[in-house]
This record gives sequence, structure tokens and C-alpha cells, in this order.
Amino acid sequence: MTHHTQPEIDTSPKVSDEVRKTTCYMCACRCGINVHMKKGQVAYIEGNRDHPVNKGVLCAKGAAGIMQHLSPARLRAPMKRVGERGSGKFEEISWDEAYDIAVKWLKPIRETAPEKLAFFTGRDQSQSFTSWWAQAFGTPNYAAHGGFCSVNMAAAGIYTMGGAFWEFGQPDWDRTKLFMLFGVAEDHDSNPIKMGLGKLKARGAKVIGVNPIRSGYNAIADEWVGITPGTDGLFILSLIHCLLKAGKVDLSYLAQFTNSPVLVNEDPKSPEFGLLLKTDDGKDMVIDRVTGKPAAFDQPGVQPDLAGTLRRAGISHRTVFQHIADKYLTDTYTPEAVADRIGLPANRIHRIAAELARVAFDEAIEIDQPWTDFRGTKHEKMIGRPVSFHAMRGISAHSNGFQTCRSLHLLQILLGSVETPGGMRFKPPYPKPATAHPKPHYNVTPGKPLDGPHLGFTHGPDDLCLTPEGEPARIDKAFSWDNPMSSHGMMHMVISNAHAGDPYKIDTLFMYMANMAWNSSMNTSGVMKMLTDKDESGEYVIPHIIYSDAYSSEMVAYSDLILPDTTYLERHDCISLLDRPISEADAVADAIRWPVVEPDRNVKGFQSALVDLGARLNLPGFVNEDGSQKFADYADYIVSHERRPGIGPLAGWRIGETGLSEGRGAPNEGQIDAYIQNGGFWSSHIPDDALFYKPWNMAYQNWAVDIGLFDKPTPYIFTLWSEPMRRFQLAAEGHGTRQPPEHLRERIKLTLDPLPVWYPPLEDGHADPVEYPIHALTQRPMAMYHSWGSQNAWLRQIHGHNPMYVPTKIWEANGFSDGDWARVSSIHGEITVPVAHMAALNENTIWTWNAIGKRAGAWALDKDAPEAKKGFLLNHIIHELLPAKGDGLRYANSDPVTGQAAWFDLRVKIEKVRTPARSYPDTGEQVSPVGRGPANVRQKVGS
Amino acid sequence: MTTLPETTQRKLGLVIDLDTCVGCHACVTSCKGWNTENESAPLADKDAYGANPVGAFLNRIHSFEVKPEAAPAQTVHFPKSCLHCEDAPCVTVCPTGASYKRVEDGIVLVNEKDCIGCGLCAWACPYGAREMDPVEKVMKKCTLCVDRIYNENLPEVDRVPVCVRTCPSGARHFGDLGDPDSDVSKLVAERGGFDLMPEQGTKPVNKYLPPRPKDQDIDVLAPFLEPVTTAQGGFLGWLDRALEKV
Repeated sequence: MTHHTQPEIDTSPKVSDEVRKTTCYMCACRCGINVHMKKGQVAYIEGNRDHPVNKGVLCAKGAAGIMQHLSPARLRAPMKRVGERGSGKFEEISWDEAYDIAVKWLKPIRETAPEKLAFFTGRDQSQSFTSWWAQAFGTPNYAAHGGFCSVNMAAAGIYTMGGAFWEFGQPDWDRTKLFMLFGVAEDHDSNPIKMGLGKLKARGAKVIGVNPIRSGYNAIADEWVGITPGTDGLFILSLIHCLLKAGKVDLSYLAQFTNSPVLVNEDPKSPEFGLLLKTDDGKDMVIDRVTGKPAAFDQPGVQPDLAGTLRRAGISHRTVFQHIADKYLTDTYTPEAVADRIGLPANRIHRIAAELARVAFDEAIEIDQPWTDFRGTKHEKMIGRPVSFHAMRGISAHSNGFQTCRSLHLLQILLGSVETPGGMRFKPPYPKPATAHPKPHYNVTPGKPLDGPHLGFTHGPDDLCLTPEGEPARIDKAFSWDNPMSSHGMMHMVISNAHAGDPYKIDTLFMYMANMAWNSSMNTSGVMKMLTDKDESGEYVIPHIIYSDAYSSEMVAYSDLILPDTTYLERHDCISLLDRPISEADAVADAIRWPVVEPDRNVKGFQSALVDLGARLNLPGFVNEDGSQKFADYADYIVSHERRPGIGPLAGWRIGETGLSEGRGAPNEGQIDAYIQNGGFWSSHIPDDALFYKPWNMAYQNWAVDIGLFDKPTPYIFTLWSEPMRRFQLAAEGHGTRQPPEHLRERIKLTLDPLPVWYPPLEDGHADPVEYPIHALTQRPMAMYHSWGSQNAWLRQIHGHNPMYVPTKIWEANGFSDGDWARVSSIHGEITVPVAHMAALNENTIWTWNAIGKRAGAWALDKDAPEAKKGFLLNHIIHELLPAKGDGLRYANSDPVTGQAAWFDLRVKIEKVRTPARSYPDTGEQVSPVGRGPANVRQKVGS
Repeated sequence: MTTLPETTQRKLGLVIDLDTCVGCHACVTSCKGWNTENESAPLADKDAYGANPVGAFLNRIHSFEVKPEAAPAQTVHFPKSCLHCEDAPCVTVCPTGASYKRVEDGIVLVNEKDCIGCGLCAWACPYGAREMDPVEKVMKKCTLCVDRIYNENLPEVDRVPVCVRTCPSGARHFGDLGDPDSDVSKLVAERGGFDLMPEQGTKPVNKYLPPRPKDQDIDVLAPFLEPVTTAQGGFLGWLDRALEKV
């Protein structure tokens, strides 16, 4: 027996030489991180306790960031392609040569036909900069990845109430008593949601998870609603039916803060049928309950009447609220009518409606905080409806997603739970209504900048981006009759349209940070072919492809010129209020990244490369009057660029009249140092009387003007009745001069209803539900994000391959057992994949993790890595187009309102197959321009 | 064979809330990061970019499905690391004295200098909480971040195991489970915290808080909301009366 002996150990070892605080980029959450340095190297990464987003915590990806930073897949230098596209054969070149090649392609385009450049920047967090570059170049063909991500969520929120979830708004985690989570894969707003759920759990507040798959956040929900994919909108409208029928709606809130009391033209013959009645100065008109007379909605002291009617010039008008009652009180939406379709018992819908009503109205909360609204009315207290919601791709990535997201916002607003205590709260610079955003611009003049920002919000047919012939002006057909409200563009259609020359051919495809030859595209095998297809003359159909990535991804192999980006610890970035904000509901905030280490390779932050390229192309804004380069690099742009006088990319530590200022102020050379001193971010608190009711609260409006979010107070009311949608619908009914093409008329009438509606996912009209009875979905695991995780030595041990999860009913019907494989087919194609049983799953749904599968040779992995052998993409069987109708036209597999990629409409069938040697399709192997990673990892900087 | 101390002055350990853990693996990689850089030998990964990557982790998440009779199936995420047992069989089985339990706080550690990599302790542990480092060939296990919790180079607020510091949902708690008045002991009492596999007789110090009951009475015929549409004048009649009161 060895007796108990204890060695002396050092329990107070030195932790690091220095801590450098920057912003994470392992996903799009943008948490603050403390990077511990030893001997000048990155040794260890943890969350920053002072940071507004994550308050010290950090997810699995963030804590594994060191493996991303040290990845063997990092590109080392600019490269030009020397083999066939797709082969991965490259030659390293100098930056000068790379710029020369790019200029040789781009300069002639700019001088003759700028639209022949399609510049799409993927998962870009610098869109206010990259879009400014594209605008200066003059091409109308710019967007980032919103179209294939969650534009339905973002656009529905902004059109309806001036903000959506995630970057725009959050549940009031500290006060809410009932939280409903719809269709949230496990990443969006990753740490804030986990922190919020933790708060709810600590208080014992109830969580209802609505998702066909019970994993992650839904696993800890107190109640799981395992809904049929694509029917969330119908479920929500049924809840609305129940609430209206019981009078459980917040009438006072609706009358004061929404367009419910605004009068609607009721005359089918009128060219303004269904539009809202306006005062002479163009303001929405209501009936004032005090006088019984019409008045502008915002007239001081007016009390809008929800039950108002008005006959004027021979035309009857009734309020929006009366239309809402008419529409949703019909039997179409009773729980009994919808139960089978959504896969829930009717009782369940009744019960959830009753629970929402009870918590919202019987458990209302009050904050003793007086405030004054935009009509000058003083309120003694802030009344809260402690019911909150959050939703993301599960409801938005359907072809009925926009209207489903609108339905959810209607539900929130009927309950009076937006911008009230306990409900949903906006984060500055939101709330900001669609009318305060730009409209899309597309007018091209060779050699000149575009006539304005590319992306924005349309308010009717006049705002569409169409050629004089009425054809789509943009390569992705965004803002055309195909999808008139496509606020984020449609990156998923660019390659397909460019390949088809529909609406026109392009010369150069320039992309950043989007793995379009792999998991970021629908129909991956098809896209790989489009990228390698040649015309009769032997030239590639898409002549030139420039791509910027930090790593040896699949898309690198399909490009001609590679601009190697840095890792996130080697670069400058600004997480700007002009872009995708990181503010919290109580505070405005922005942040930076800065090189905590300098790159040890011949690489450059992509934005700095754009600064150089902009100067070499002589783009306005990128050169001085003498033609010399204006910004030394992106950091120089961040500090010195002014978007409006006194407003720049970063709001903190600007130069005011009497010293340092916040929000507004002149550029400050020491600004980035000030951010570094403060931990990488700037944050400023919203005053107490401005914390809620932000769209209507004059204290908030005035504060927002002071800080520079907008230049004058812009209070507005929520648009339950969407006039922009009605204007498109009105055109489809034959009114107006700008008319949709005949083949889209009926679809526009159905889908652009000014009040939320539900219609079946469009794929249901193509894929026979009897032959293809199963819904197929993907989710992103919490420990992995997009394709970047695959090279991560630690994370790939958590998710190295992805089975197709199959529910009990289908598992048993097919006689599956552990280790089996299956063929999964859609109307577009088939894949052969491993299966696994999962009971906590909607009985008609199968699913898998997204972007775990890899092409052999990519990401510096062994060609026999499980990611390449067993892993797979569902993308191969999701087409970017709906099946041909025989009319010679192409219909995108997208939401007809916004163009959002309808990833989750997919219907499939499944059958057992003999175990193959690998998953199918086999997409071949690419040569790795960076070799393969080392055999073992034994990472330690040491003390 | 190695002896255990008769008693320990404190019983430091973790309380893990299975009602709150979303299975995100934050604790897994933060543990790997801290202990790679700060433990005596790094937690290495063999064939890290190859066909069979195998690395050492001190903490892993397992996911299980639970299928209640009358309710939908549930997913439970179950983080597992060394439970710092009072009667730790991994210590008593150690032939060299490399494995030991500390008198002052009850933490079970491996003295890597004396570890011969025989692997007996991993066999003896009924929880599978020890892992042989595939490259370093020494036994690795959770140290309860003994190099953090007393570390005077860290701010006081950070003197907790790294998994507790990083957990985004706050599902992990750290403290003295030997002190009935500690926050963790009170949490265990309040929430019915339990021992993992008590029948093994190891007396684990770490405790788990059970998932709260889920999906209770979800499809029962609850009283419907009282309709207002059946009253005089239907919905608009109700609206007029209701607006008078607003």
C-alpha cells in the first residue's frame, strides 16, 4: 500500500504575459474575448466579462478559436489558378501581381459595363464598407449572404415594426415570464440566447420550444411543440384567432402604437383600394375618439379609434383592426381546422393561446417610470406584457417564411409585447422603420459610381430594380417582380443566373467568405458544374472568379485568383452601428477587431485588399485629388471615413467641440487605441426614461438624435397592414402603369397580402406529398459553424461526421438498425448517407447537421477524413430552381416576397441501402494548395 | 495500491444542472484550452487532421433520449468529468501513488511525474472520467482547475474552474459540497440534486440537478378562452364596449 502522500503543486502559476481584448469571429455572434499571450503568441482564449454581448461567457467555438487561428488550412499567399477549375492547382504570386490581374479584369468592365462585375460578400461583417466599394465601382450587383440566410426574419421585422430579432431586438430576459422559441437552429445569437435561457431557468419562467427537432435549446424547453415544418404560420394565425375571439388583445396599445386604427380604402374600383387614407400632408389618417373626426395619427392628443369608419368622396373606409378581426375570426383558423395540418391536437393550440393570454394580461408588470409619447401624452408607468418570442431560420427559410415571420410579429403586437417591459426590446440603432432605410439603387453609368446604395426597402412597384424593358436589372433578380421585397439580395441565385445568362452574362464573379462551391449553395453538385462549364470556344461560362478566404475551402479550388485573408486574430474590423450592430436593449455599443498578432504569412485582411484595389481602380472615395491612395489600409478607413459629417464607422471616442465625444464628432486618430484600451468595444447607456416604448418615446427619440443614430426624431407606428405589399398586390390586380408579368400575377395576389397569411410551401405544389412524404431539414450544431469548424482539431472531434437522424415511425417502417445507410431522394436528386435513430423528432421529419461534410482535399484534412467519407451535404438535393413548368421560365426556390432561399421546403423519400464505402455523391478530390495538417497536435506555448 | 486521506477539510466539486444544459460543448473546449496551456503536459490530439482524430479531453458531453410513457421523447445533455469521489477507486488502484486525493479540498489529481501510464485507474473509474493522453501517454483527468481556484494571478471572480466561468447558460456551479451552508449545497437541497450511480459506492462529490418535469398536461382539455364574439353585436359590439373602458 502506497501511503497518502501529496506532492507540492503550484496553485498560483502565472497565467499569461499579457491579455489582449478583441472580438471573436468563430461565428457571427461577435462576443468579446480575452486573448492571453505568452512569448508574443496566442496561448489561450476566454470570454471578456465586461463585454455587452457575452459578459464573460464563451461558447465551444470561441474557446476553440486558437485551433482556427493556428489551422494548417490557412492560405499563405495570393495565388493564381494553374490547373482546371475545381482541381485546386495554384501558384503562389505576389500581391502586386494579384492586384494587376484583378485590375486587368475589372478596369475594362468598369469603363464599359460595370454590371458585368458581380460582387457578393458572403458572411461579411463589413457590409457598410464593402457595399460602399461596390457603389464606387458602379455595379448594381452587390449583396451579402442575407438572401440565403434569414432575410425573411430581418425584412418582416423591419417592414412590420422597425426591427427583428438578434441584432435588432431581444427578449426582455430579466422580466419575461413566458418565452416561445420558434425554429431556432442552435447558433443564431448563440451566447445571448443561452445566457437568456439560463436566466429564465434560474427564475423558473416557462420556455416553449416550437421546432420539429428537440435538440439544443429545445431540449431544455419545458414544453416542446414538434410542429410539421412549414406550418408555423398557420399555428400562429390559429393562436391569433383564439386570442381575438376571446378579446385577449391589447386594445390600448394597438390604438396608440400601431396602424390598427388607420382607415383602409374599401372600394374595389378605386385605384387606391386597400391603401391607407392619408391626410393632406401624407400622414396616416385615423378617427379621433375625442372628436369623432378624422385626424392625422400623430396629432397631439389624438385618441385613435380602432372601430372608426369614414365615408369620403363616395368611398367607404374601415380601420385596419376591423380587417384583422374579419380575416382571423373566420373558421379557417380555428384550432380544429388547422390541427391536422400542423400536426398538433386542437386542444394544445387552445391551451397555448390561453396561456399566452393569462401571462400577458393577468400577470402584467408595471415599472414606475413616467414617460412621454410622440403625441405629447404623458404616461405615469411603463406597462409590460411579460410574454416574449424569438425566432430564426426554422420559420424564415421557407417559401412562406416572410408571411410567417409577419404572423409572429402580428401575434407579438396584438399581445402588446413589443418594446414593453417583459416583451421584446429593440437594440439601437433599432427601432428603425422601413421608411427610414434607403430604397434599392441600380442605375449604372459606365466609369461612374452607382446612383445610390444597392440594398434597401421597396415600398411599391416604382421602387423595383427593372430595366426599361421591365426585366430584372440585377444578376440575382433581387427587387424584381419575382421577389419584389428582396432587401438582402439573393446570393444563392448569382452563379445559377450568371451561368444561364439570365438576365445577362457577367464577366467577373468576385466573392468573399462564402463557400459557394459547397455548403453555401443549393444544388451543390450543379453549382460545381456551373463553375467549371465552358462555352463553345472553350472559355469558362463564368469567365473570371476572384475569391477571398482565409482558408483552403472548397470555393478556393473553383476560383482563378485568390486574395488570402487573415485569421480573425490578425485583422482590423469594426462592428459598426452603420452595419450589423452589437448593441443591447439597454445600451448602444460597437466594437473592433485588431491584430493581437501580426500574420506570419503573406496575407492581408480582405478589406485592406479592397482599399488597395479601390485605389488601383481609381474609385471615387479611394483616391486623393492627386490620384494617390486615400486610405493606407482598412484601419485607416475605419478611423478617418465619415459617412455623414461627424458620423463614422465607429461611434466611440470621436472628437467633439470640447473634447472626446460619443456618436457624433470629428475623426480621432487615436480612436482604435482608445477602443483597445477599453477592451475592444464602446458602449453607452440609454437613459432610464428611454428604455422602453422606443419607437414612440420622445426621450428615446431625442437621445437617438443626440448620439447620431438619426438626424431628427422619427417616431412611427407599427404597420400591421403593409402598404408596400398592398401596392404590389394592387398592381397584380391590374392597377397602375408598372405591371407584373402575366405568369406572376396570381402568385403576387396570393403571397403579397397586406395582412399575414399562410399558404403551403411552394415545393408542396411540385413534389407529390404521397411520393415524397418526408420533410428534410438541416441545423447547425452549437459547436460548429458553417464550414470553418472542419479544420479545427478540437471541434472536429465533436462533430466529425453527420448522420441523417430518422424518427421512430420511419425508422421502424424501413427496418433500420444502427450502422445502416439510406438513399434519400427529392425530386431534384439523391444522396446516400448514414442514418441514426432519434425519437425526439417530428414523426414525418428527418434532419442532419449542416456543413459537416467536406470535399476530399479541402481544409488541409486527410482525403479519408470522416468529413469527406461519411459526412454529407443535404444541399445536393435542394435545387435553387423549382421544377420547370414548361413555360420556359425559371422559378427560384425562394420566398416569392423576399427571395429568401427556401432550404426547408424540401420533401424527400428514404429507403435502406447496402452499406457503401462512402457517402454519395462523390464530388472528387481537390489538390490542397497548403498541404495536409500535421499528424499530431500538441499545442502549448508554455510558461 | 494508494491510500485515500481519511477525511478532507473541504469537498470542492461541481453541481451540474441538467435542466439548463443545452449541450453546447463550451465547457469541453474551454477545459481543453485552459488545461492544454496550463496543465503540466498539453492535452494532445493524435491524427488531428486525419481519418481517426483522437484527443484527450477532461470533460465531455453525452446526449441521451428519454422516452416517457405518456409524453413526447426528450433529449438530455449530460456533461461528464471526474466527480472527485470521496471513495475514489482510481486512487486506491494506483500502483505508484501518482493518483491522489488532496486533504485540504478533496480534489483528485494525478502526479504526472509518477504516472507510468498503466491505465488501471481508468479501468477502475466507473464513470469513464479518466483519459489516457494518446500522444503524451500519461493519464489525464479533471483537476477542478486547481491552478485557477487558488490562483492569485487571477481576479477573485475568475477563481473558479474554467468550465464554470465559460458556461453560457449558467448550468455549472462550483463550491464546497462539504459545507451544508454553501450556495452549491443549498442548490442541491432545493433542486433534489443526486449522485451519479450511487450503487457504485464511490460517494461522488459532484452532484447533478435533475431536469424539471417537462410537457406536463400539454394536451389536456384546458378551459378554452371565453369567447366575446357570441355576446350582443358580435366582435364589433364587444369592441365598442371594450373601447369605452380603455
